[in-house]
Amino acid sequence: MSKILIRGAKVLGGEPQDVLIDGRTIAATARQGEIDWSGSGLSADGAEVVEADGKVLLPGLVDLHTHLREPGREDSETVLTGTRAAASGGYTAVFAMANTFPVADTAGVVEQVYRLGQQHGYCDVQPIGAVTVGLEGRKLAELGAMHESAAGVTVFSDDGKCVDDAVIMRRALEYVKAFGGVVAQHAQEPRLTEGAQMNEGVVSAELGLGGWPAVAEESIIARDVLLAEHVGSRVHICHLSTAGSVEIVRWAKSRGIDVTAEVTPHHLLLTDELVRTYNPVYKVNPPLRTERDVHALREALADGTIDIVATDHAPHPHEDKDCEWAAAAMGMVGLETALSVVQQTMVDTGLLDWAGVADRMSFKPAEIGRAAGHGRPVSAGEPANLMLVDTAYRGSVDPAGFASRSRNTPYEGRELPGRVTHTWLRGKATFVDGKLT
Amino acid sequence: MQRHLISAADLTRDDAIRILDTAEEMARVADRPIKKLPTLRGRTIVNLFFEDSTRTRISFEAAEKRLSADVINFSAKGSSVSKGESLKDTAQTLEAMGVDAVVIRHGASGAPYRLANSGWIDAAVVNAGDGTHQHPTQALLDAFTMRRRLVGRDTGLGQDLGGRHITIVGDILHSRVARSNVDLLHTLGAEVTLVAPPTLLPVGIESWPCEISYDLDATLPKSDAVMMLRVQSERMNAAFFPTEREYSRRYGLDGERMARMPEHAIVMHPGPMVRGMEITAEVADSGRCTAIEQVANGVSIRMAVLYLLLGGAVFESKNAPVTLQTRTEEK
Repeated sequence: MSKILIRGAKVLGGEPQDVLIDGRTIAATARQGEIDWSGSGLSADGAEVVEADGKVLLPGLVDLHTHLREPGREDSETVLTGTRAAASGGYTAVFAMANTFPVADTAGVVEQVYRLGQQHGYCDVQPIGAVTVGLEGRKLAELGAMHESAAGVTVFSDDGKCVDDAVIMRRALEYVKAFGGVVAQHAQEPRLTEGAQMNEGVVSAELGLGGWPAVAEESIIARDVLLAEHVGSRVHICHLSTAGSVEIVRWAKSRGIDVTAEVTPHHLLLTDELVRTYNPVYKVNPPLRTERDVHALREALADGTIDIVATDHAPHPHEDKDCEWAAAAMGMVGLETALSVVQQTMVDTGLLDWAGVADRMSFKPAEIGRAAGHGRPVSAGEPANLMLVDTAYRGSVDPAGFASRSRNTPYEGRELPGRVTHTWLRGKATFVDGKLT
Repeated sequence: MQRHLISAADLTRDDAIRILDTAEEMARVADRPIKKLPTLRGRTIVNLFFEDSTRTRISFEAAEKRLSADVINFSAKGSSVSKGESLKDTAQTLEAMGVDAVVIRHGASGAPYRLANSGWIDAAVVNAGDGTHQHPTQALLDAFTMRRRLVGRDTGLGQDLGGRHITIVGDILHSRVARSNVDLLHTLGAEVTLVAPPTLLPVGIESWPCEISYDLDATLPKSDAVMMLRVQSERMNAAFFPTEREYSRRYGLDGERMARMPEHAIVMHPGPMVRGMEITAEVADSGRCTAIEQVANGVSIRMAVLYLLLGGAVFESKNAPVTLQTRTEEK
């Protein structure tokens, strides 16, 4: 088995430590230069040495919300290219959303996606199962069969569409309790968002683009936390985007309701003012909101009201963005820029330390999704799912260097801090010195 | 520096007045036995219409022909667009044929902006109406009509609309005409009041430089011009208002209401009118209604815009110093 000695890494942003990886697990950690080999039966002899040199070592990141597009839209992303993008971004596990073609609403499809992830070996792929057949919101998919499949699905979502029928949502919440599952809701009241193109407010009024009102998200979240309370289930809210949604989740948690919520990096940084360019690279669902929302989301992520950061990595081919706004697809790629955006919006602003980042981007998402072996502490005996980030780096985003098959990033040319340099999946390097293995 | 006309909000007061004054000169051409200027001889303009709009297209076409431009009409229906060709490819195809300017009407808000700013083509872009966003030449022809009627054809030259009260009534939410007019009238110093049921006013309107009212009767006595917008009856089905009759009663302009306007005040309509809905036949056919004049003025305004854009003058963006450079002859 191969050994790797990471020297002088700030584990979770703390004092520099040495970390020895032996095979698939972390064998030892200690203050820099102080690993005591005597009597441990351990030695660093023959270990490959990685000089971390003050970089921050975190547990491998876990993304609860990724679109890998395979099967069906391999022109925008595949499990291979998506997991290579994930490894480049410091991720060791991603949850693959169900809105593929065919929809991941059967054991067969989720097993296929799961196996492709295992086969490529860049990042664990945990498929998310559809809540309803074909994402149509009418009939529950075979949730139990997907859970019992080799893919072991625990997270269910019709993401891209809202489970808007209150009875279907109630049943889904109840049903998955039998095997510890969770429903991840894409909160979007469909009638209030017919023809919606951007956040409804001052900018949409001027630009003449159909409005996506905050209340369309907030009313569904309010309903669903009450449903979760009524049936005693847990519920997860995808890509929460408004200040009002934060208030509702905060209230629900104070009431003891078992709700968790995620925010995307782009909702932590960008606002609807960017839509004035009519450049569809800023078109996303839920839409970019206002400055006030951005600040509320950052504070909520800091105080734990919002549990995690999830990318909503949504690759699209160039032609689907190189057009007029209304004709463009919604979504942005995010796996390769997520940590940098979180550093800029949360760490560099003093809202969160690196231990907090590990919590929001690894520990908690793994816990919500029940991703075994991920989101574990950086200590002896744990699986060696790790990543190293050079937090002092500053550079502008160049999509040409992305591992993702798609380039639809809103950050092209934008200067962002931090750069992932290494990622290890169970002791195997997937990303070394800024290059995929 | 602007090579395009995308939004009425992009025009400075000086730009707008220059266009209005130029349009007065163009209007004189229409009075000649031969209604033609050689200005744009040898230049090619394409009217790229992705949305049906016979009146706007014909108005641009008349303007282009009076300036001696070569005109290509392109309508999306029955073209490669209906087979899935992108806006980018369509525009690049047309430009490859040597087009100097693209007059575009598109159902998607922002399509002309994209065309002008994405590096797809080099031709000048004139917005002939995009989605529910802007229709700048409509606002210009409306301002032209107001200045003629309220200030005077000759006395109006060089003048803005300072201190005039303009009321715009109807479906503001879906109206590019309203947006363009609010922007331009504000630039020209007029005070604008928008009147509509609250359902037909966009959320976020509070940032617009105008007043909002739900009460037409209270607004009429202080209006110098009242612009009625078409209200599509399909809005009724989306619950914007209960019935056509109720809309008419509360927000339609009939003879009785028109009598409450000051004597000098005019009634405007961008067309097409829905008689019996937002405007009665009595008002539409009265001498105070300028709907037909607006159509005639539209040709003059579009001549002025194309003349200034292609004839060498440039519109400066707001807050930038203005440089005038008007050439009458083009090679």
